Amino acid sequence: MEKFSTFTGVAVPLRRSNVDTDQIIPAVYLKRITKSGFEDALFASWRNDPEFVLNQAPYAKGEVLVAGPDFGTGSSREHAVWALRDYGFRVVLSAKFADIFRGNAGKQGLVTGQITEAETELLWRAIEENPGVEITVDLTTKVARLKDISVSFEIDEYTRWRLLEGLDDIALTLTHQSAIDEFEKRRPAWMPKTLPARN
Amino acid sequence: MAEKPLTLAEKIWQDHLVVKGESGAPDLLYIDLHLVHEVTSPQAFDGLRLAGRQVRRPDLTIATEDHNTPTIDIDKPIADPTSRTQIEALRKNAKEFGIRIHSLGDIDQGIVHVVGPQLGLTMPGITVVCGDSHTSTHGAFGALAMGIGTSEVEHVLATQTLPLAPFKTMAINVEGTLREGVTAKDIILAVIAQIGTGGGQGYVLEYRGSAIRSLSMEGRMTICNMSIEAGARAGMVAPDETTFAYLKSRPHAPTGNNWDEAVQYWKTLVTDENAVFDKEVFLDASALDPFVTWGTNPGQGVSLNDVVPDPDSFSDANERAAAIRALEYMDLRPGIKMKDIKVDTVFLGSCTNSRIEDLRAAAKIIQGKKKADNIRMMVVPGSQKVRVQAEKEGLDKIFKDFGAEWRFAGCSMCLGMNPDQLSPGERAASTSNRNFEGRQGKGARTHLVSPLVAAATAIRGTLSAPADLGEN
Repeated sequence: MEKFSTFTGVAVPLRRSNVDTDQIIPAVYLKRITKSGFEDALFASWRNDPEFVLNQAPYAKGEVLVAGPDFGTGSSREHAVWALRDYGFRVVLSAKFADIFRGNAGKQGLVTGQITEAETELLWRAIEENPGVEITVDLTTKVARLKDISVSFEIDEYTRWRLLEGLDDIALTLTHQSAIDEFEKRRPAWMPKTLPARN
Repeated sequence: MAEKPLTLAEKIWQDHLVVKGESGAPDLLYIDLHLVHEVTSPQAFDGLRLAGRQVRRPDLTIATEDHNTPTIDIDKPIADPTSRTQIEALRKNAKEFGIRIHSLGDIDQGIVHVVGPQLGLTMPGITVVCGDSHTSTHGAFGALAMGIGTSEVEHVLATQTLPLAPFKTMAINVEGTLREGVTAKDIILAVIAQIGTGGGQGYVLEYRGSAIRSLSMEGRMTICNMSIEAGARAGMVAPDETTFAYLKSRPHAPTGNNWDEAVQYWKTLVTDENAVFDKEVFLDASALDPFVTWGTNPGQGVSLNDVVPDPDSFSDANERAAAIRALEYMDLRPGIKMKDIKVDTVFLGSCTNSRIEDLRAAAKIIQGKKKADNIRMMVVPGSQKVRVQAEKEGLDKIFKDFGAEWRFAGCSMCLGMNPDQLSPGERAASTSNRNFEGRQGKGARTHLVSPLVAAATAIRGTLSAPADLGEN
C-alpha cells in the first residue's frame, strides 16, 4: 500500500444519502476473478443515466467523493472499495459511513473522512459553483481544503497510522521479516516441500 | 519447576510461533503447507500483482483444480465460461508465480483435501492452510489445519505466515467398539448432533479414545473434515503407528535419516497426561447406529432407526423454529421413519467420503445387487489417483454393472459449482458434508449419510443400512 499523507484531486458532489454497496457495485460484477479492473462496475446502474454526476465532463475524472450520510451500507462486499479505488477515488468524505465499508476501505488504502452534514452541504455548494475544482486532503492534519474553505475530518487513529505509514496487513507482517527469516532457518529438514514435484 | 502440560494443538502452535502478539495483537504463526484451488485464489494473486509482491515460498505451495471441474468429458473445453475463466486464471497464476499445479487430466488432480494427504505432503506436526473451510481434514494426521479467506490466502502467499488469535481446546472422547455397519461418518454426524453446529466455535477439537485410535487414516480424515460443521477452527487426531504406516511410502514423505528424525518428533505429538482441555465431550461408540440427517444443517441428524423429530420436542426456541423451517424445506413430517424416506439420487463423493476405502466399502455392498429403479447413483472419486486405483481393483466395473455413473475426480455434486447438480425438489442421500438449503442445487434436498448407507440406499431406494438388505 502506498503511503498517504496529502492528496489533491477533482471533487465530486454525490448528493445522495444511504448509498449502499449494491448501488456502489451490483452483485453481477462479483463473479469476476480479479481484484482490479472494477472501474466500469462503479455505480453501474446509475451510470446509464446521462444526468448522473460522473457522466458530467468536469467530474468524470473524480478522485475525492463528497457523499451524503450513511455511505457504504448493506452488503459487506469489498468489491465496493475496489470499484471506487479502480475508478480513481482516493478519498470519500461523508457525515456517516457503514462500519464494514469503512473497515474494508482502510485495508485497501481508501481514506474515509467523516465530516458534518453542514460541512457536506458547504462543500457540495462550493464544488457545484466551480465544477472540476480540486480538494486537498491532508491526512497528517486531518483537514480538507477547497479554495478558502477548510474542513476538519475524523478518521480512527489506528487506520490513520496505517495509511500514513502505507502499511496493509501484509506490510505489517513484513515488518517482522527478520523474525520470519530466523524462524525459517530453524525449520527441520523433514518438513514437506512441494517442489521438486514427486508423484 | 516442570513445564506446563500442553495439548496436542498447543504444542504445534508453540512450535510455529514466529512473533508472540503483544498487548492484544494476534500471534504470528508460520505456515508449512499452503493448498490452493481455483475459486478463492484469483483475487489473492491479483493482490500480489498490484502490490508488486512475490510468493514467498512456492516450494510450500501447491494448487489443484477441483471446485469447478466437470466430471465427464474432461478432455473437452469446460462448457461454462465463468468456470473456465476461473480455471484458466489459476493455471496462469501458477505459471506466473512458479507454483506447482495439478490440472484436469493430471494423475494428481483432484479434491485439494484428497490430493495433499495422497502425495504425503500432509504430515503430523505441521500447519496447513487453504482457502477452503474443509481444510480441517488434514488434522487427521496430527497437523494444525485451518480454512482461510481470500485476504488471508494473499497474506500467506506473500509472507508464509498468518496472524492468528488464540483458540480454546475441546476433547471429543469416543470410546468403545463400533458395531458392524457403523463408520467414522456416523461418529462425526453424532458428534455434531450432540454439540451443535456452533458448539465448536473458537475451539480446536481433538478426537481421542479407543474408537478413534482404531480408525484408518481415511476414517480419521472423514471425522476431522466435518469439524467445521460444528463451527470449530480445526479438528485433529494425535499421530500414531497408523499415521506413520499411511505416510511411509508416499511420494513426499521424508526418507532416510529425515524419516527417523520426523517419527521421533511425531511421537511427542500427544496431549500431555495432565494437560487440561477447556471442554470435554464424551460419546459411546458401541451404542451408535448409522446416523443420517433429516434437516438443513449437519447438526440436524438422528439414528437411521429413528423417526423424523417433532419440532415441539426442541426446548430451545431457535432450534424449534429451525426445525419447522427445515421440515418444510425437506418436505418431511414429524414421526416418519427415516427408513421410509424415498430418495432420488445417491451421491458417493466429496472431500468427506471419496477416498479408496470409501469406494471399496460401497462397492462391497452393491456387488452382485440390483439398483432400485427410482435411483440415480453418481460415484465421483476424490482424485484421479483414487479413480485409477479403483479401476485397478475393478471397482469401476462393480459400480457400472450396478447402474451407477462412474465419473472423473472433483468436488462435483457436493456443492454443484460444476454441472453436477440436483433438480428442484430432488432428494439425495449424499456422502458429502453440507445439507444446507440449495447446496446441491436450487430447491434440492440432502440427507447426509455414510458410504455404507449410500450403497444400501441405492439398492433399496429408501434410506437404508446394509443390515436392512437381508439375503436377497
